[in-house]
Amino acid sequence: MMETLFSYGPQGWGDELLAGVWVTLRLAAATLPVGLLLGFVVAAASLSRRPVLRAMGWGYTTVMRGMPEILTLFIVYNGLGLGLNRLLDHFAPQIGAVDFPPFAAGVIALALVFAAFAAEVLRGAFQAVPEGQVLAGLAIGMTGRQVFWRIKLPQLWRFALPGMGNLWLNLLKDTALVSVIALDDLMRATKVAVGVTKQPFTFYLAACLIYWGLCLGSELVLTRLEARANRGVRRA
Amino acid sequence: MSLIESLSTNLPKLLDGAETTLILTGLGAALAAVFSPGLALIRLFGPTPAKMLLRAYISFVRGTPLLAQLFLVFYGSGQFRAELTGLGLWSFFRDPFNCAVLVFVINSCAYQTEILRGGIEAVPPGEIEAARAIGMTRARVLARVIFPHAYRIAWPALGNEVILLMKASALASIVTVFDLMGRTRQIFSRSFEFSVYFEAAALYLLITVVFVFLWRQIERRLTRHMRRTQGS
Repeated sequence: MMETLFSYGPQGWGDELLAGVWVTLRLAAATLPVGLLLGFVVAAASLSRRPVLRAMGWGYTTVMRGMPEILTLFIVYNGLGLGLNRLLDHFAPQIGAVDFPPFAAGVIALALVFAAFAAEVLRGAFQAVPEGQVLAGLAIGMTGRQVFWRIKLPQLWRFALPGMGNLWLNLLKDTALVSVIALDDLMRATKVAVGVTKQPFTFYLAACLIYWGLCLGSELVLTRLEARANRGVRRA
Repeated sequence: MSLIESLSTNLPKLLDGAETTLILTGLGAALAAVFSPGLALIRLFGPTPAKMLLRAYISFVRGTPLLAQLFLVFYGSGQFRAELTGLGLWSFFRDPFNCAVLVFVINSCAYQTEILRGGIEAVPPGEIEAARAIGMTRARVLARVIFPHAYRIAWPALGNEVILLMKASALASIVTVFDLMGRTRQIFSRSFEFSVYFEAAALYLLITVVFVFLWRQIERRLTRHMRRTQGS
């Protein structure tokens, strides 16, 4: 029974679920660099000397972190969809109504959320660099820029890694939300399988276990990365 | 449509939804708070099998999307309809609101247990030794020394968890609960009025801001003996 349900091929749902996992992983992997980059920009704004930029950084992280992820997703998906259709109406009315590609909408929405949390992690990491090191750098005649590139940035990875690891796990889990905007990720593949087999518990449990496996695997990698990042650090 | 007009038609519905959001969050967090102290103690001092079981539970909850957990309970219960009807539980599981609350309790309880565990571990050993030295029983040490201090340490983290739960409660709208998010989607699907999303966002932010303020007030009260008096 179980073997046929999850087998690979026309009778089983193994291949469909696997295809869903692939979409989930691609979505998370595509979001990470975009979110990180945006996170750096927001963190830079939050640490800026200009009050206007600081206020903008603060506003962005506060609003984004205070809103449910699903609301951000709907705003991005529907907002981009409406915007795109308005543009098309204006410039190419013969095309008619189109949907904004859900994968792109998913990446944008998840990256916007990721960036807000990442900015806070990065800000904390920058501030965790001991002040003495910065002063030492300045004392031997480094410019502010050199201090940034040679002292602060190399250590950033080490300080930011634990926080980033958590954000990556959250991102993996948040990808499940895109199933509601018609993207064929693991969650949606499961839903399709449930619709046909009428075995909701079996399949949602399978989906949960797959997500769990992905998270546990990520945790394993993260522990390794952290051990490697801290290899030169003296322990108390 | 002007903003005022849009607000005056949408606001009653949105506020009604916000009320459901608050009830969902409040019930979930409060019921989880009933179980978390006991579970935190088991997690720290319980027998090994119980510890392992709790660790697996916490890891599972933290390693799976809340949406998947919600579907597992709400749709998954349908697979055991006959058994649940026999137990008289089917009417409970048929209602999406109940399922949402159940999932939120299971979810939040795992996080709260971990937070509280950290709090208990952070209580200085000297305090516990002192309490035992003056002859307090184990139960009394827990009630008067360990838990009061552990909660004080864990308070900000617990507040964060409640905010996360409040945000996560928006997922209940996907299983047709008309919380703030559910009302918002309903209004949008009828009117295609985009501004309703921003009105909802503003309401969610307002809830967060008010909650953070109240939580800080309680924290101030919990730590009032630690504040320096003026002039010293």
